Amino acid sequence: MAAVQDGQLNMEVEKDIKTEITNDGSGNINANSSSPGSTSSGGKSKSPAGSGEDQQTLLAVLQFLKRNKLTESVDILRREAGLSADADDSPVSDSAGAGSGGVPNVSADGGDANSLLSRVSIATPVAPPATAPPKVVAASGGEDQPDVNVVLSAYSQQGDPVLYPLYYNGLKKFIESVLDCHRAELSQVFYPLFVHMYLELVYNNHENEAKQFFEKFSGDQECYYEEDLRILSSMSKKEHMKGNETMLDFRTSKFVLRISRDSYQLLKRHLQERQNNQIWNIIQEHLYIDIFDGMPRSKSQIDAMSGSLAGEGKRDANKAKVFYGLLKEPEIEVPLDDEDEEAENEEGKPKKKKPKKDSMGSKSKKQDPNAPQQTRIPLPELKDSDKLDKIMNMKEATKKIRLGPDNLPSICFYSFLNAYQGLTAVDFTDDSSLIAGGFADSTVRVWSVTPKKLRRVKSAADLSNIDKESDDVLERIMDEKTASESKILYGHSGPVYGISFSPDRNYLLSSSEDGTVRLWSLQTFTCLVGYKGHNYPVWDTQFSPYGYYFISGGHDRVARLWATDHYQPLRMFAGHLADITCTLFHPNSNYVATGSADRTIRLWDVLTGNCVRILTGHKGPIHSLAFSPNGKFMASGATDGRVLLWDVGHGLMVGELKGHTDTIYALKFSRDGEILASGSMDNTVKLWDTLKAFDDVELDDFTAATGHIHLPENSQELLLGTYMTKSTPVIHLHFTRRNLLLAAGAYNP
Amino acid sequence: MAEERRPKQCTVVLPTESMKAMAESIGVGQLQEESCAALSEEVSYRIKDIAQDALKFMHHGKRCKLTTSDIDHALKLKNVEPLYGFQSQEFIPFRFASGGGRELHFYEEKEVDLSDIINTPLPRVPLDVSLKAHWFSIEGVQPAIPENPPPAPKEQQKTESTEPLKAVKPGQEEEGAIQKGQGATSAEAKGQFGLKPPLGKKDGLMRMKPRSTHELSVEQQLYYKEITEACVGSCEAKRAEALQSIATDPGLYQMLPRFSTFISEGVRVNVVQNNLALLIYLMRMVKALMDNPTLYLEKYLHELIPAVVTCIVSKQLCLRPDVDNHWALRDFAARLMAQSCKTFSTTTNNIQSRITKTFTKSWLDDKTQWTTRYGCIAGLSELGPDVIKTLILPRLTVEGARIKAVSDGPVVSNIDKIGADHVQSLLLKHCASVIAKARPLPDNVEQYRADYGYLGPMLCSHVVKARAQAALQAQQVNRTTLTITQPRPTLTVSQSGIGGSGGSRTPSIIKVPSSLTLMSTRPGTPTQPSPPATKYIVMATSSGSSSTQQVLWTAVLTATGKGDPELPLLQRISSLELPASEIARRL
Repeated sequence: MAAVQDGQLNMEVEKDIKTEITNDGSGNINANSSSPGSTSSGGKSKSPAGSGEDQQTLLAVLQFLKRNKLTESVDILRREAGLSADADDSPVSDSAGAGSGGVPNVSADGGDANSLLSRVSIATPVAPPATAPPKVVAASGGEDQPDVNVVLSAYSQQGDPVLYPLYYNGLKKFIESVLDCHRAELSQVFYPLFVHMYLELVYNNHENEAKQFFEKFSGDQECYYEEDLRILSSMSKKEHMKGNETMLDFRTSKFVLRISRDSYQLLKRHLQERQNNQIWNIIQEHLYIDIFDGMPRSKSQIDAMSGSLAGEGKRDANKAKVFYGLLKEPEIEVPLDDEDEEAENEEGKPKKKKPKKDSMGSKSKKQDPNAPQQTRIPLPELKDSDKLDKIMNMKEATKKIRLGPDNLPSICFYSFLNAYQGLTAVDFTDDSSLIAGGFADSTVRVWSVTPKKLRRVKSAADLSNIDKESDDVLERIMDEKTASESKILYGHSGPVYGISFSPDRNYLLSSSEDGTVRLWSLQTFTCLVGYKGHNYPVWDTQFSPYGYYFISGGHDRVARLWATDHYQPLRMFAGHLADITCTLFHPNSNYVATGSADRTIRLWDVLTGNCVRILTGHKGPIHSLAFSPNGKFMASGATDGRVLLWDVGHGLMVGELKGHTDTIYALKFSRDGEILASGSMDNTVKLWDTLKAFDDVELDDFTAATGHIHLPENSQELLLGTYMTKSTPVIHLHFTRRNLLLAAGAYNP
Repeated sequence: MAEERRPKQCTVVLPTESMKAMAESIGVGQLQEESCAALSEEVSYRIKDIAQDALKFMHHGKRCKLTTSDIDHALKLKNVEPLYGFQSQEFIPFRFASGGGRELHFYEEKEVDLSDIINTPLPRVPLDVSLKAHWFSIEGVQPAIPENPPPAPKEQQKTESTEPLKAVKPGQEEEGAIQKGQGATSAEAKGQFGLKPPLGKKDGLMRMKPRSTHELSVEQQLYYKEITEACVGSCEAKRAEALQSIATDPGLYQMLPRFSTFISEGVRVNVVQNNLALLIYLMRMVKALMDNPTLYLEKYLHELIPAVVTCIVSKQLCLRPDVDNHWALRDFAARLMAQSCKTFSTTTNNIQSRITKTFTKSWLDDKTQWTTRYGCIAGLSELGPDVIKTLILPRLTVEGARIKAVSDGPVVSNIDKIGADHVQSLLLKHCASVIAKARPLPDNVEQYRADYGYLGPMLCSHVVKARAQAALQAQQVNRTTLTITQPRPTLTVSQSGIGGSGGSRTPSIIKVPSSLTLMSTRPGTPTQPSPPATKYIVMATSSGSSSTQQVLWTAVLTATGKGDPELPLLQRISSLELPASEIARRL
């Protein structure tokens, strides 16, 4: 049962399966259509949404005006009515699309398709493409042509190509001449403007002018856009634009800028005085300017947040409440520490001891106000074995070492030898008894790192001979002959990029280049299910901390939520503008975080499928994520070698840890959250003082409201240690229950 | 707005010639220029597109190197059939060809004979993936075990010593200490820095010398004690182990100042006490330190070089200079000196020229004793043929006269005579090869005598031998003409000139002992022919200097009625450990 992710579609009356998804903060699926200047945008859609009838009339008028090309009147009316651009745009564009007949519409579910169910029932048979990302459509062959044209047609407005550099230069001069406090803010406009002007030139076949324009101004752009500029520079012909993902991203999503009202007024006045329509049009069509009241931001504030493919997240995209608290731990009877007692009563009698102290203890007594309801999403029932495991966990936790700046963890490094550069993913079980590696040769290998060897369950024939009543039946079903330290799992047909143990250690997930996610049994060491849904490489997969659910994300830009017993995804999270590179469950299992090559992190609500947070600030594809054990904070690492710390509740960046020189592939908080360990391609493990990092942040109401955080420059103070390997990139980190840090990587002589 | 410029964006396009070549390869003859240009642009764009996708696979494969399989996967993404056959791990062996004004890179596909493949033995099966655990850090400190990198890499030691001052922000811990994994101490230090307000500087930057911790951990102290005791102790096996450890252990950086002081003090004390054995042990420690690739010795040269030079030129290194083989120590130390000149001499410290000056100065002094003289010459000649040519060759005549004076003149003292002998053989050994290279043929004895005085004839025979040997090594085939014609006359000359060296052919190895006993019976004979001869003869066992020594030793021994003369000598050699191994290496 595929539930389309969008809870906010209500306002959009129709859905256009042929168009691209316009992904704004709320994961809206918007219709896009051919009439220039009438692109949809999802962002501000909510406020006028409810106003009903009045709006309908207004919209009709607007539509009429538009048809008659009375654009000025349209503008005026729009302003007067206080309608945000998109509120009128979407219907207009839809009807325009329908009217022109250029694009087939699925308008079946009119205005009343409010219930998720009915939507899904309609959507599922027809609409996989609707939820699929642009590239799926683009790659699917000939039928994508009209699509691309639709997308591109917005560029068909002609301006004199010779004037483009003049316009740009004029704006540049203006911005350089404004007051310092506004300059930084207004400078944000350069990059999207540059991109769109260049694309317009290319689209209108002014190849030489485009090249000159690019050469002249590409140097002005911020260095973190270099990657995208490189892609742009290779695109010099109209033909190239077809099917180019980056181009589609620019086109289908508005670049979001946050500008203070004062600065915006300045810009607007300037452009209107100069009659600089070319630029004004671009700003109106392709940019989303998120205006806020208050002090303009400083350059460093802007730099901290910018860098993503489509600008910053809109402020209202991060407004939804996130229940970041932990779920109440089920009360488990903890037997006395006595060995013999423990042996005799698995189930039984004794001693209701509350789960022991620490963070857990307090939480289990009263519900955390920030926690979601216990039953917000259905979780699997605890089995006896799970309870046993929890007891073990608590016992171990009592022996846990308190970490801190003066008490650094010991690190044990697991090197994969003779891996010939083929190690692509590693995971440890929570109790640190098993380690699994995914390899480029399509295999998955599981090692036991305890003396206990890996054994297979006996074959069915042998099993029938076993006395099922005997006490040690669990021992008897294991086949001693198969005992070995490691097992190899064959099944994938491409490099294995993601790997994850289930919390109960019975299953292993692996995701691969071949587009499948496989579920392996660690009892029989065979493949149980191959989950097919992603048609492209699946970069990462992760089990929920409670098991049963898992998340996968890959090259098709859609993250999928699965349950192990369903062969189709339960939720599809669409919104990222580029590959999803890493996925992670929130400790309370109600949310899922995804990091992407579009340099944003999104947090999705598992229940509704909505995107509840868009976090921007990274300057490169994100390759690792970690939640703090209390669920309040998140850390992310990217190819830019920086670790960013986030406050999940407020949707704010609260720290920046600089020090690594290469991609960070591994991040992990210690069991109590005092220390963050990061592992990188630069062959180092670094330890950071997170308590101090989170303490240093002062959150007043203003910053909380606007998200304009001023980051302290204190990476060096927070760095507690750097440990260098000989020649082993660190690709996984794991804290044992006793707070020993395990690291893993392939030795690379 | 970022004003700094980036390298130019890649607007590289494939050359149109490539398009033509490709078109031809699939049978399209005349491709128009325009189509070529259009094609090349298109192809360039597609290639870049694919490369970008391939990069994704590289990143997710956690590699820094793009492989052919990444390209294949990227093609697969685009629904293009991958390129089969490029499975090379490292690189694709493209070959280059040009001709007719056109250049071509192509992938050579060799025809392989299947039977060859079948018949060749199978290559070894590659090792399977395995998992190995080690302690990466123990409570914040990285243990110095082979699995971990050396605590302070050489570059860091270098920057610490060459750039002692660096800007440190107050409150910011310098990286060195952190890298040494001393989390706790660095935290304390941080506290200190944090409390101290920056002095004077308003920009918040302080120029300060980075702290380097000089305390050794208990383990390090134990190690240091063990190693130094073993190095100067009596057990040779232990010593070998200790030296091996010094030469290879990557974690000695912290102890280097101690070792350096140990050596320099040790030399100072033992020179005074004339303890040859200990001096040798200490020099071997220097050698081991120099062999260790992870140590940055520059900081300690001021202690090490004087110690080494002392061992080269000291007047007296042992209690009985007439008996003990202190010459070998001088040779060894001279080689060490040459090695350190080669490694450490820069235009700033001028080690080599300073050393050369020192040696020359004392060599030129008339009052210099033979031992020191020997050391100076050894030190100079180890510095290379250029030094020999410019500094030693011009003085051969003078030196020859001096030697002649000692050997021909009235018997002064045995010590002087031995010294003169050693200097002579040393000069012959080093100069012969240089002259052989520099001097044109023919080798005329008289000419040599004229040029080099007393040493001329002997030099001549040595040069001839050196030439012969060079020729022998150079080419086996042409040997006949060159070597046969050349050695004959010189042989006779040497026979006639200096009696007793006639049997200087390999068989005479056997003769050596007997002739030695003979010689010992007539001390003070004008010529000492066998040393230079034996140098070439007894190739496997001794060099010139030690063979002279050998002569004397056997002489003494036979005189005192001891048995086999070779045995104690070998023992002596092995106890010094110098000649045998060193000679083998040199030859």
